[in-house]
Amino acid sequence: MKKFDKDRLILGFAGPVLALVVALVLTTVVLLASGRNPFEPYRIMFESASYVDVQVLIVNQAGTYYLAALAVAVGFRMNLFNIGVDGQYRLAAMLAALVGASVDLPGPLHIALIVIVAMLVGAFWSGIAGFLKTTRGVSEVVSTIMLNSIATALVAWMILPKNFGEQPAGSNNLTTGEIPESGWFPGLPMGDQAGEIYGFTFVAAGCGLLYWFVLNRTRFGFDLRATGASESAAQASGVDAKKMILTSMLISGAVAGLAGMPTLLGDTHTYSLDFPTGIGFTGITIALLGRNNPLGIAFSALLIAFLDKSSASLDQYGYEKEIATIMQGLIVISVVVSYELVRRYGVRRQQQKVGEELAAGHAIKTEKEAAL
Amino acid sequence: MKILYGMQKPDEGTIAINGEQVSFSNPGDAIERGIGMVHQHFMLADNFTVLENVVLGGEKLHGIGSAARRKIKEISDAYGLGIRPDALVEDLGVADRQRVEILKVLYRGARILILDEPTAVLVPQEVDALFANLRELKAEGLTVIFISHKLGEVLSVADDITVIRRGTTVGTADPAATTTKQLAELMVGSELPSPETRESTVTDVPMLRVEDLALTVTDPDGTVRDVLAGIDFTIHQGEVLGIAGVEGNGQTELIEALMGMRDPDGGTITLDRADISHAPTRRRRESGIGYIPEDRHRHGVLLDAPLWENRILGHVTEKPNSRGWLLDNKAARTDTERIVREYDVRTPGIEVTAASLSGGNQQKLIVGREMSHAPKLLIAAHPTRGVDVGAQAQIWDQIREARREGLAVLLISADLDELIGLSDTLRVMYRGRLVADADPATITPEELGSAMTGAATGHLESPEDEAR
Repeated sequence: MKKFDKDRLILGFAGPVLALVVALVLTTVVLLASGRNPFEPYRIMFESASYVDVQVLIVNQAGTYYLAALAVAVGFRMNLFNIGVDGQYRLAAMLAALVGASVDLPGPLHIALIVIVAMLVGAFWSGIAGFLKTTRGVSEVVSTIMLNSIATALVAWMILPKNFGEQPAGSNNLTTGEIPESGWFPGLPMGDQAGEIYGFTFVAAGCGLLYWFVLNRTRFGFDLRATGASESAAQASGVDAKKMILTSMLISGAVAGLAGMPTLLGDTHTYSLDFPTGIGFTGITIALLGRNNPLGIAFSALLIAFLDKSSASLDQYGYEKEIATIMQGLIVISVVVSYELVRRYGVRRQQQKVGEELAAGHAIKTEKEAAL
Repeated sequence: MKILYGMQKPDEGTIAINGEQVSFSNPGDAIERGIGMVHQHFMLADNFTVLENVVLGGEKLHGIGSAARRKIKEISDAYGLGIRPDALVEDLGVADRQRVEILKVLYRGARILILDEPTAVLVPQEVDALFANLRELKAEGLTVIFISHKLGEVLSVADDITVIRRGTTVGTADPAATTTKQLAELMVGSELPSPETRESTVTDVPMLRVEDLALTVTDPDGTVRDVLAGIDFTIHQGEVLGIAGVEGNGQTELIEALMGMRDPDGGTITLDRADISHAPTRRRRESGIGYIPEDRHRHGVLLDAPLWENRILGHVTEKPNSRGWLLDNKAARTDTERIVREYDVRTPGIEVTAASLSGGNQQKLIVGREMSHAPKLLIAAHPTRGVDVGAQAQIWDQIREARREGLAVLLISADLDELIGLSDTLRVMYRGRLVADADPATITPEELGSAMTGAATGHLESPEDEAR
């Protein structure tokens, strides 16, 4: 039996490794085709990542990505495609910042309030898509994309100074006002020049553990996975599909709401026009690359964060930092192709192996045989 | 079969057609070589006409217009298939659809036909008609490979028989000199099983009572259609109620209504004195309904999940699978091993995926799982479909044994021998209604078959009963 486990492990790694190698080769081809040195950019990126301050940036960015990818993964495990993580994240961060700036509470309570508001707003926004799907059969892909646009417009309107926003003196930026210091999440200092790792990054890691536990060790997780594996079989097994869709959309949205917290509580302490966007879409890439597995997502989040942050130094050496963006795109394509290839190979291989083992008489001894 | 049709590649060995060695990398190659496959599950577009279905994918052969129509007519007449090119497939019966499938492969120039369990969905009269068609094909010089679990049919239609067991050829037989019994022994390697159960265990304690059950569906064009109407029956403890009927006459919907996957529009379902007409599926399962689904891949297993997770499926709230809100993976694993041992599931371990087991072993796992929760009522839909003879006998044994212990069974099957052999009471379903009932002790498959086509209603009497 051990043999199968080893096989599964190798196959599990084969997908991402194959995808990364293919993406790397293709990027090199792109570099060659545009007449540039095909290896120099990689060297620059690795060198830049050897500095502690860049490493801190990478880890902080990875924490944010991790939460966004978990939000996407919850949906994926159930065959729901929540493209709206980005909208849920932005709306949640904005409203949480607004609430956080308008109250003054003792430390932990203040932080808890902000986090809960963010989760509720995220869940509410994705819940609209879940509600539409369960009651009217609207595809969550379409509704969440639409809700992204609505969130953009809503945030832009709310942040106007005449509504809820503020305009700091001498600046074109608009913000939601600064959260008092009691609502700041303490970080882990990494030295003078290096800055600090957001404290919320550790909460993100905790969320990963929770995700694993709920999926693999609870009844709810089993129902969710069963629904993702085969909706018809899950329904016959007694899963209430509608309730399941709504619940997982709500969870996905709540986690998406958390994705803004590392930045908001650890760094900016306000939501402004230059608050990072597109996190939700990067989360889709990461969830895909990490195969919805909490550990896999952690590695992918680090990898994508590395590409993001270390590519910044490419500009100084005359290379475009968009090289990293091209790489990310190529990773997505090769991930989809290579995972499918590896999956098919794995299924075939196991069927063959089971056939062989049975022919060789390695079956578990059944009572019928024992009686003979 | 998959290898012959180019869907899978062999690891070793050769295939020769007319003495010429060939290898296929996809079904296209096989078709080019004149091999045609008629699948067990039809691959037809319901809202297309017969003509459109036949030319679909083969547009280059004879176009899509009058030349194609002429060709279809020609083939149909040559082999006596009686095809109407302009009929909509959705208006055709199962037997007609099968003839369209056969015509489809002939149209593509097949000289060798593979038929996979072609009679599973047919009533005896239709089987005879199919065999007449096959003899017609044979007379024209075509080769037919007929794959079936039904031995009597193989004997009556084949010129040469090869028996395959667990992936290897175990023997060949000459149909003229072989009996069903000998053939079956070759297949199982031991005694011939039979579904007969004659000593009655029926009690007078009702377990499932269905009263005036009705279900309607609304078609896309807005018309409301009855799929179930006036369904009335009672199953007692220790009783097997068999429902015969050509597939598509409401059996699937009846099961889904009983399982809570569809909400009935009228009538009541009472299980052990509790009204469960509108209860959710999970509650019904918890209150003691075991379910062997007709399509195990869609409703019975998670193909990509390991066996022990499949053991949890459907019983996630019950012991030993969970304690409170938490799964008990360890207990589930241990219990899976027990099921594998007791129900003779052939597998190297419980960590392999369900997909890597043969259909028969998947089915044994499902039966073992459903029987492990002390069901009061077992809904068994085609419990032995696509299952080898050995596993079939075992599943029958298990149903019989559970029935002796007071289980009520609703048996729905297209295998009339199975129905007659296992049931204590028989009902016939036609167009969503139970139109006839029969005594399994006296009825013959032929009589039952004619009732299934709607030709007879009421209490079915054997001819000698009528003479009295």
